[in-house]
Amino acid sequence: MSTPILEVVDLIKHFPLATGLLGRAGSAVRAVDGVSFAVQERETLGIVGESGCGKSTTARLLMQLIVPTSGAIRYQGQTVGTKALPLKEFRRQVQMVFQDSYASLNPRLTVEDSIAFAPTVHGVSGDQAVRKARALLDRVGLEPARFAGRYPHELSGGQRQRVNIARALAVEPRVLLLDEAVSALDKSVEAQVLNLLLDLKDEMGLTYLFISHDLEVVRFMSTQVLVMYLGRIAEVGPTEALYTASRHPYTTALLGSLLSMDPDNRRTQAPLAGDPPNPIDPPPGCRFHTRCAYAEPVCSTREPDLGGVGLAHAAACHMAHPGTGHSRAAGRVA
Amino acid sequence: MLQTAAPVALVPIERSPGYWATVWSRFRRDPVAVGAGLVVLALILMAVFAPLIAPQDPFKGMALRRLRPPGTDGYPLGTDELGRDMLSRLIYGARLSLFMGVTPVLLALGAGATIGIVAGYAGGWVNTIMMRIIDVFFAFPSVLLAIALSGALGAGIANGLISLTVVFIPPIARIAESVTTSVRTRDYVEAARASGAGPLRIIRTQVLGNVMGPIFVYAMSLVAVSMILASGLSFLGLGVKPPEPEWGLMLNTLRTAMYIQPLLCALPGLMIFLTSIAFNMLTDGLRSAMDLKA
Repeated sequence: MSTPILEVVDLIKHFPLATGLLGRAGSAVRAVDGVSFAVQERETLGIVGESGCGKSTTARLLMQLIVPTSGAIRYQGQTVGTKALPLKEFRRQVQMVFQDSYASLNPRLTVEDSIAFAPTVHGVSGDQAVRKARALLDRVGLEPARFAGRYPHELSGGQRQRVNIARALAVEPRVLLLDEAVSALDKSVEAQVLNLLLDLKDEMGLTYLFISHDLEVVRFMSTQVLVMYLGRIAEVGPTEALYTASRHPYTTALLGSLLSMDPDNRRTQAPLAGDPPNPIDPPPGCRFHTRCAYAEPVCSTREPDLGGVGLAHAAACHMAHPGTGHSRAAGRVA
Repeated sequence: MLQTAAPVALVPIERSPGYWATVWSRFRRDPVAVGAGLVVLALILMAVFAPLIAPQDPFKGMALRRLRPPGTDGYPLGTDELGRDMLSRLIYGARLSLFMGVTPVLLALGAGATIGIVAGYAGGWVNTIMMRIIDVFFAFPSVLLAIALSGALGAGIANGLISLTVVFIPPIARIAESVTTSVRTRDYVEAARASGAGPLRIIRTQVLGNVMGPIFVYAMSLVAVSMILASGLSFLGLGVKPPEPEWGLMLNTLRTAMYIQPLLCALPGLMIFLTSIAFNMLTDGLRSAMDLKA
């Protein structure tokens, strides 16, 4: 396997809680707690999970918008923030599209000024940057003559998100982080933007990290999927393998929450009950055992790992690995 | 290095009216605000062209015609306790009174906005240290602080300006800090950071445009306060010194004639009232014109 374009090794982010004089020292929200993965060039890695599982924190850590507690981020084999790869250069190679299309555009700048901003940071002349902004507007399907001089509040949600995509592409990045980039759009606009993203990916040879809570959209977009639960990876694998033969009961439950397309085969029971536990004080052992239908004593004492490095399809579940002491360990998850 | 863009001719594009153009068109449709603005403009013109408008020399007095009531022949607003023409002194008074109202606020706007924006954008312990120091100044009532400072520095226009500036830095810094803090965490600032821009560039291009409006409006509302405080300092003999015409000082010197010519000694107070009301209403009008969704 070639060097992955983006690699994350044991990324940890704990947000310390403000403690008073009598507060417990050292307690923290363990938003991301030991996440490792690699993305190959031109792949799309989908990241799914419930709210609060650490998806967005992972994106912000990748962009270095927040400083990780520990762990390394490598771009084409080089650690970010070193002499070989300064942060500013990394930020030219990797860009991000945020969920809130309105909040991510400066209300006082016209659309073309917002897009032209990043290139000028990297030394492109103002005139060239504006030309580039207009070319990109054209590319994302917004006629420059009509839209370049507009302000964000005059645009619809879908148009604004196209502007945000153009803004992210303005520095010609190789990797695009899409953090719930289409989640706020209605379904028909969402489909248009997703198709635009697929076209842009082919055309520019981009690599995507596609973060979403929408399982269908992730399946449509991704070549690889990573399922997160409470700051850790539950399962990772090629999209079709993961969607058709999931190995982690959490993934199975998530997929079970999708509505059936067959009216004779209606879902009658909620697959997952309750909320995820508090990330300040995650359960011992497997973090999912409090909600898992197959939980056994071993699950609350030993924390499962993904089992060996370099596995194409891996699940952090005792049932997926032989010899863990779980009664179903030898078999497959139903 | 980035490649140059594909050659696209810079065709004319449709431009929407910018934020300030929209604010202006909203402001124009508010009759109260426009009226207040015209009063402020008239006061400024009166101050600038005082020598051309004033009918008499504001310094020339005559013991024989002291404390004439308004309406006296040749002295439409009467004469003061030294027989000087009240109308001319009120017109000339606009110069110093407006100067003492506007200058400290402008100086404090420069210093306070810088402190507040830096503290707000830096956040964390830098913010805590800077704002706690500002809070120390907040502990004193502004009138007391102004009196104490100009009392310590001595009377005079320059010292009055300095003490008023010091009084207005903390409130402006506070407002600047809170607006900047709310802007700093917006996604577009994050996006600018993610594009590799440094803090100074982000403040200049992304933050300033979104914070200067509210800070400026707040500072403008302080002009009336500054004028009243400056008049108060002059009244106490700490600001402007006689025989300079200044409304606060005139109020002080005419005070003794309260029972002889009450209308006369109310005139400088009326000017202070008119000016501060005009500034306040202008500020209110601007604030509501700027209260756009965008």
